[in-house]
Order: sequence, then structure tokens, then C-alpha cells
Amino acid sequence: MTAEVDDQLWSAVGDPSRRRVLDLLVSNGEVSASWLAGHVPFSRQAVSKHLVVLEEAGLVTRRKQGKEVLYQVDARRLDQATHLMADLAARWDRRLATIKRIAEAAHAEAKKRR
Amino acid sequence: MSGLAIEREVLIEAPAEVVWRTITEPDQMSLWFADRVDLVIEPGAHGYMGFGDQGGPVVVEAVDRPTRFSFRWNHPPGEEPVVGNSMLVEFTLIPEGAERTRLRVVESGHELRDWPEAEKQRYADEHREGWGEFFDRLAGVVSERPSG
Repeated sequence: MTAEVDDQLWSAVGDPSRRRVLDLLVSNGEVSASWLAGHVPFSRQAVSKHLVVLEEAGLVTRRKQGKEVLYQVDARRLDQATHLMADLAARWDRRLATIKRIAEAAHAEAKKRR
Repeated sequence: MSGLAIEREVLIEAPAEVVWRTITEPDQMSLWFADRVDLVIEPGAHGYMGFGDQGGPVVVEAVDRPTRFSFRWNHPPGEEPVVGNSMLVEFTLIPEGAERTRLRVVESGHELRDWPEAEKQRYADEHREGWGEFFDRLAGVVSERPSG
């Protein structure tokens, strides 16, 4: 995966309001923008903007049903986001494990010399 | 705490001073972080970290021996690293007795690099919730869904 794709994904989910929208979609399945607007403390206009960003990042898909447009989460893309996050965490776990090993060896060595 | 932060910690059987040297001395940093580290540990100091044939600038932010060390990296070459174009890595060392140290690292800023300035400002003005919890919850939901 390229850094550019990562950035778009981070950008989409890094915003607390968008996470709120995403959260509602995750727990309620397919819903309309009006329904979402009734469940968040920001405007319908803001909801629409957030949905556009989420859609561009591939996290949300839309479908027309009669006069309504319904939105739902793309589980695969969301899964990708959680994996990216887990990868970054795993990278730091490896670094911390190495720091631990080096520091403990240095400390043991210093104690021996005492 | 800024929005998208990776937070990890480890318990080390060594005094904080020893851990401090491990995370701040360039020749030791090259053992756990980059292949090549050119860096002076002073607030505002500019340095370089090399990973194989790639690499980039790094700028030291906080130096508070032996409890706090932070730096910014991953910003575009030639630009000053600030909130929005770089990632901030913050180390906190918490002594637990004379020979044990809890080392915490927080890496933040991943989500900000792609944002327009106005959004960054709005974001900075808002209250933020924890990230780990959000992703844990999502991960639970995702695993319950068919992935097809």
C-alpha cells in the first residue's frame, strides 16, 4: 500500500466528527444522511461533507433506494484501516522490545563491573 | 493527546538513566530505530535518519533528561516540521523503583498530513477521544461481518 493511500485513510478517520458518523454507520447498518443528522450534534450540511470524505476514502458506499440515498460502511476497507493501525503499533512494539533488550543488557553489564 | 495516536509501552528492568541513553544516543538509536542516525539531542536540533538507501530529516522537540524525549519526523524535505506535515514521536520514562522503568511511546500526526489548513484548525479546536478504544471497537465489529 502506498503512503498516499495511507494518508487519505488517516485523513478520513482522523477526524472525531467523522469517526462519530462512521461509528453510527457501523452500529446501525444502512441509513440516510437525514437519519445521521438526527443523531449527531452537528448540521446536516456537515454530515454530508463528512460522508463525501468517507466515500472518497472508500470507507462508505452509497445506494439509492426510491427517493432516498442510503449509506453503509465498507467492511473490507474498514478492516484495512484497523490493520494499518495494528501494523504501526506492531512496529513500535518491536522497537520497544529492542530498546528493552539493549537497556537491560547494558544495565546487567554495568552491575557486573561494579 | 492528538487524534490518531499510536500509544505503546514496555516495562524495562533497568534504571531510567540507562533507558534514556538507549533511546537518545545516536549510536544506540541506530540499533532500534534507523540504520543511520545523525542527531544532536537538543531542543530544535535538526538531524537525519537513514533507513537503507532512504531517509529523511528529523527535528528534536523536547529533551528533559531522563523523563521526556520527543522528535518530529516524516516531514517533507526542505520544510520545517510542524503540526500537520510530520509525525511526532514522544517518549516518556517513568521510574518504578531504582532499577525498573516504564517506557511509553506515543506517535501522532498520521492523519493530519493530508488535511487542508482549515480542517486542521477546526480539528485542533475540537475535543478528541482516544483512538485505541475506537479501533478496538471497530475491529470487533469488522470481525463479526463477512469480509466479502
